[in-house]
Amino acid sequence: MIGGISYSSLITQLFMGLQIGMVYVLLAIGLSLIFGLMTVVNFAHGAFFMFGAYMGLFMMAFTGNFWVSLIFVPLATGILGFVVEKFTVRPLYGRDLNYPLLLTFGLSFVMVESVRLIWGTTGFAFDTPSALAGPVNLGFALFPRYRIFVIVVTAIIVFFLWFFLQKTNLGLIIRAGTRDSLMVRVLRIDLSKVWFLVFGIGTGLAGIAGVLAAPMRGVHPDMGIDMLIQAFVVVVVGGMGSLQGAVIAGILIGEVVSITTLFYPLMGEVVIFIFMAIVLLVRPSGLFGEAGLLE
Amino acid sequence: MGNPSPQKFSTWAGIVSFLFTRSYLGLILVLAILPFIVPYEAIATQILIFGLFAMGYNILLGYTGLLSFGHAAYFGLGTYGAGLSLVYLKVGLFTGLLIGVAAAVLGAMGVGFLCLKRRGIYFAMLTLAFGQLFYFLALVVFDNYTGGDNGLRDIPVPPISFAGSNFSIIKSPLSFYYFAFIFCALSILIMHRILNSPFGAVLQSIRENEKRSQSCGYNTNRVKWIAFLFSGFFSGLAGSLHAIYYQLAALNTLYWTNSGAAVMMTLLGGMGTFVGPFVGAGVYLLIEDVISVFTTSWQLFVGAIFMLFVIFFPQGIWGTLQEKVRFWHLRE
Repeated sequence: MIGGISYSSLITQLFMGLQIGMVYVLLAIGLSLIFGLMTVVNFAHGAFFMFGAYMGLFMMAFTGNFWVSLIFVPLATGILGFVVEKFTVRPLYGRDLNYPLLLTFGLSFVMVESVRLIWGTTGFAFDTPSALAGPVNLGFALFPRYRIFVIVVTAIIVFFLWFFLQKTNLGLIIRAGTRDSLMVRVLRIDLSKVWFLVFGIGTGLAGIAGVLAAPMRGVHPDMGIDMLIQAFVVVVVGGMGSLQGAVIAGILIGEVVSITTLFYPLMGEVVIFIFMAIVLLVRPSGLFGEAGLLE
Repeated sequence: MGNPSPQKFSTWAGIVSFLFTRSYLGLILVLAILPFIVPYEAIATQILIFGLFAMGYNILLGYTGLLSFGHAAYFGLGTYGAGLSLVYLKVGLFTGLLIGVAAAVLGAMGVGFLCLKRRGIYFAMLTLAFGQLFYFLALVVFDNYTGGDNGLRDIPVPPISFAGSNFSIIKSPLSFYYFAFIFCALSILIMHRILNSPFGAVLQSIRENEKRSQSCGYNTNRVKWIAFLFSGFFSGLAGSLHAIYYQLAALNTLYWTNSGAAVMMTLLGGMGTFVGPFVGAGVYLLIEDVISVFTTSWQLFVGAIFMLFVIFFPQGIWGTLQEKVRFWHLRE
């Protein structure tokens, strides 16, 4: 017993933290990918997360099948990402770094308000798919099956991303473009097509995070902004641009939030900022360094 | 032809160029008669308050080149600082305003110190995150005092004594407008002084090239921090006036959409121009006023217009006009 809380509930909460962290990881990787290659901080990332949840809801109403919507949503948000990159972000390349930030900030307003206009201001519940409902006995405690599913799916996605970036030709081009885009263009590789793709992958990841989170937190127009801020905290702590940084920082912050909620429920919303302030004071360049990467 | 002929102001070009070169005086003049130009007085008061807010924001975005997404925090600290002290401490009106501004400056001090530990894009993310911290503090942690979601209601507005008699500034919309106008005009003069001082020049040098101003011997981090404080000061003053005007400290003054309003107003009007933030505030609020007659999602249109401005007119309305006038002068 620690502070009146039993070990089994502590371990359950640690698992919960892992699951919360996994959703952060998906968002932070998308942000990092887009930023790394294009030096665009996508302030609409939270809006894409929200849009993903709504698209999932829409597909569930349409087909009644969770698995179909799990495939459909990243495609839909990815395609929206393509369109956004092509028509709004592309004219800004070469200008000051602040302009894409401002633009995507405006875009998030447009997306949130469009969703309000179409689906209304009140939220919706998102049913857990029946195959994943109910608890699983982990031996020491019961744990919701759906949350284990989220942990596993995210781990698979992260593995495939790692494989894609490290072991394929396209991944090689993306990594090279992140390091020195001028040199890649000198080698006659058309990076503008890769930008297009990476923006789509990043927003697609945000979308799938949205549909994965929907059964746990419901679907409403303002769900994106809190997620965006938490993803920013992960990125500030873990550093923009590294997969490992995003994974470790994401899980760490998930645990911090989850454990604090167990002991001081009131502080659950606030602790993430305190944590970030401490990291900034102790290690201003984030836990894994990489200061100077376009700071 | 020995004597240089005095500059003529008889033509339109002359009047326009006079206003552009002494834009702060022109701005005060326009604000002095604003309630009689716009459709109704309430909107003039809003333009005044949010113009002041955006002007404070512009110190950072327009003159120092720092993109903050968390200015709702200082506006809201002003609102809640003034509101809480008027409700619980029963202080006088000016003391309440002072406490609101002090709360905002203190908040800006702390958050500015932390956010300036990182630069560039990280700065933008940190300001958004810490901005939202104050929202959650008011919503969840201190909701016994702040009223949580409902906001702090029924803020008393004590009468002020002037020439031996007491009178209430919220008796009529116009009396509040001119009460706020005095603060706003003083702020404009102070702002003008700051920007035309050597300190203002250093700010703009940081915007143009931070490394170079560092090698000129300026402690740019310190300068940016002071700019952050000034910015928090004006934002907090705007927030305090907001609390008194509505007799309410609304929770959404702390929400990120309020930071967004400052960003949008400043960019729409013209960042880095003196008059731009007020022009932006006016345009933003008039768009809101017109469109919300037809639909509640006016922010959709404001957001879309904002995106068009970022792509096609990044200098904003006033900045583009200034450019046009300059071009016109050159042609003559």
